[in-house]
Amino acid sequence: MDGISSFLASTLSLATPTLLAALGILVSERSGVLNIGTEGMMLVGALGGVLGSYYTGSVWLGTLIGIVVTVAFAAVFGVFAVLVKADQTVVGTGMNILASGLTITVNRAVFGASMSPPIIDTFDKVAIPLLKDIPILGPSLFTQTIPGYLAFVMVIATSFFLFRTNTGLKVRSVGENPQACDTVGINVSKVRFLAVLYSGILAGLAGAFISMGQLSFFTEGMIAGGGFMAVAAVVFGNYTPLGVLGASLVFGLSNASSYRLQALSTGIPSEFPNMLPYIITIIALCVTSRRSKKPASSAQPYIKA
Amino acid sequence: MEGTSVRQKIGVILEALYYPIMALLASFLIGSIVILLTSSTSPLAAYSFMLKGAFGSMAAWQDTIIKAIPFVFTALSFSVARRCGIINLGAEGQFIMGALLATVVAVQLPLAVALPKFIHLPITLIAGFLGGALYGLLVAVLKVQFGASELITTIMLNYIARYLVSFAVNGPLKEPGQSTYPQSARFPETASLGSIVPGVRLHWGLVILLICVVLYYLYQWKTSKGFEARIVGFNPSAGEYAGINIKAATLRSLFIAGGLAGLGGCIEMVSIQMRLHMTSFSVSYGFTGIAVALLGSLNPVGVVVAGVLFGGLSAGSLSMEVMTDVKSSVALIIQAFVILFIAGRRMFTIRRKRHFRYHPVAQDEMGLPLPAPDEKDATHREQMPRLVTDKTDEDEVEGGN
Repeated sequence: MDGISSFLASTLSLATPTLLAALGILVSERSGVLNIGTEGMMLVGALGGVLGSYYTGSVWLGTLIGIVVTVAFAAVFGVFAVLVKADQTVVGTGMNILASGLTITVNRAVFGASMSPPIIDTFDKVAIPLLKDIPILGPSLFTQTIPGYLAFVMVIATSFFLFRTNTGLKVRSVGENPQACDTVGINVSKVRFLAVLYSGILAGLAGAFISMGQLSFFTEGMIAGGGFMAVAAVVFGNYTPLGVLGASLVFGLSNASSYRLQALSTGIPSEFPNMLPYIITIIALCVTSRRSKKPASSAQPYIKA
Repeated sequence: MEGTSVRQKIGVILEALYYPIMALLASFLIGSIVILLTSSTSPLAAYSFMLKGAFGSMAAWQDTIIKAIPFVFTALSFSVARRCGIINLGAEGQFIMGALLATVVAVQLPLAVALPKFIHLPITLIAGFLGGALYGLLVAVLKVQFGASELITTIMLNYIARYLVSFAVNGPLKEPGQSTYPQSARFPETASLGSIVPGVRLHWGLVILLICVVLYYLYQWKTSKGFEARIVGFNPSAGEYAGINIKAATLRSLFIAGGLAGLGGCIEMVSIQMRLHMTSFSVSYGFTGIAVALLGSLNPVGVVVAGVLFGGLSAGSLSMEVMTDVKSSVALIIQAFVILFIAGRRMFTIRRKRHFRYHPVAQDEMGLPLPAPDEKDATHREQMPRLVTDKTDEDEVEGGN
């Protein structure tokens, strides 16, 4: 029983950053911006969070700093991809390299080349009274960190925002038919730029969660493809919040299985369990890409006629 | 370009150089801000050490060119795919797979049969090419068969390739009798590429690279398959309408793209590293290649020039790190901004008339004249999948006034 429960807990914890980042990507995708720079944004959020927590001594202020830094970083993406109308995929690739260069430079400038990570304040697990006593589900589903709960609340919030509010309708329309939106007076660039900033908030939180929720330190390149998995989760989840939730859980499960397989002495070289999440992501894309309903103007810069 | 005067040709060349130079200047400017903020060295001093380390001596030049060789290979890989409308973020993994398969052939094959160099070396190179090519082909198959976006599959495959190397050097390819370091046995002499001239570090990989650059040019601009690929890249629906098999073009392009990256990985092995180990790929060859390809406008000559610049950036940033407290990762930031500024090169467009007068005929990617430019047409062109080199900037259209 304990085994199942801890496996479930690790699945949820590993699904959290994917889910958070993917919900941000979902909104920017729905507005017509393909944000493959998410990987870099998460990296920036991870370092920003650790630095913030290190200097302020509070995980919350650290997270806030991580998010602010990531939003600033996302603004650079927005300037190039939305305002300058450059090729979004190329800009995203540039942003990922930029994040890697920036985080290495800043990390080494602050902490030097020392191998022992600084001790920082991290997210505590908060058990929900009563619910935490449910067998199996209690110690996993109802004993999580605050960002862990938040990720799941955000599924409902994003769903409400996209499909029940005026602004959400605007976001979706801009992603489907920017020309028509422009004619009725919607500022396409503004909507898309804000959507990119929003995805920056969630990517920053996701990154901070990885460095301060799952782990308690920053290492270079620590996102290891997690941002791209979040992009894949949006395709896999058919561009809906609930779908994204399901996709993130599948990826979380594959990550958790990967760790579990490494912990068990199966005799399989650890590289193969390590590959598992990447292979699952490719398979998930293959199964769903054709059926997935991509927004009509996804990754198309809008240039006013 | 036949029938144009020398003056017009110079104008075209200046035009082509304008954006890359602006992108480089802007990127180094931002790099200097980062240096100011993160170190106690003045940017000018840091850059002068970088310049000295890159081009300051004969040894520095050699180092720069040796570092440029793999970058140009991965840049060619990105270019071939990009010409066909595919963003190959997987040159990294294809480079690694080329190196891995080359290692298998170089190290394991002699255990079974004794081979003379003139057989062993070519098959090692072919293995390197195939390792990358098949890995690239896998991306193409996933794309045409299942619609899986290459943007994500390539990144996933890059990580998988790294784990495969880790597995190989810890397991089947591990040097016999070696217990401490996970690394392969050293490449035998029969599978090594030596110096072009004895006593010089420049190796024959440079010659193979230049042949590949020429082949890239011939394939892309002088063969019908290359022409088809460029049409698909420029406008897939037009390509389909013209009866081009888009799937075949995609498969072919990614096979060649992967092969070029794989050959680059193989050459890095047989001429520089001489054995496969965990840290063989600590330099991000694939992603630097993207910056090189974009800076070089996917143009054969441009890619070589840009490759030398990035080789210099790589060599120079290392000597800068030794001489000052500036981190070599600043080079990565400069590289990233080169990509951003080339992608967003519109921001450097000046609307006023240029000093040199020439009458350019607006051309599309295939070198065919475009219809008379008017406002509506320009917009239409912007919305089509854009290639890095397509000329859509308003000032060009105004140049004839």
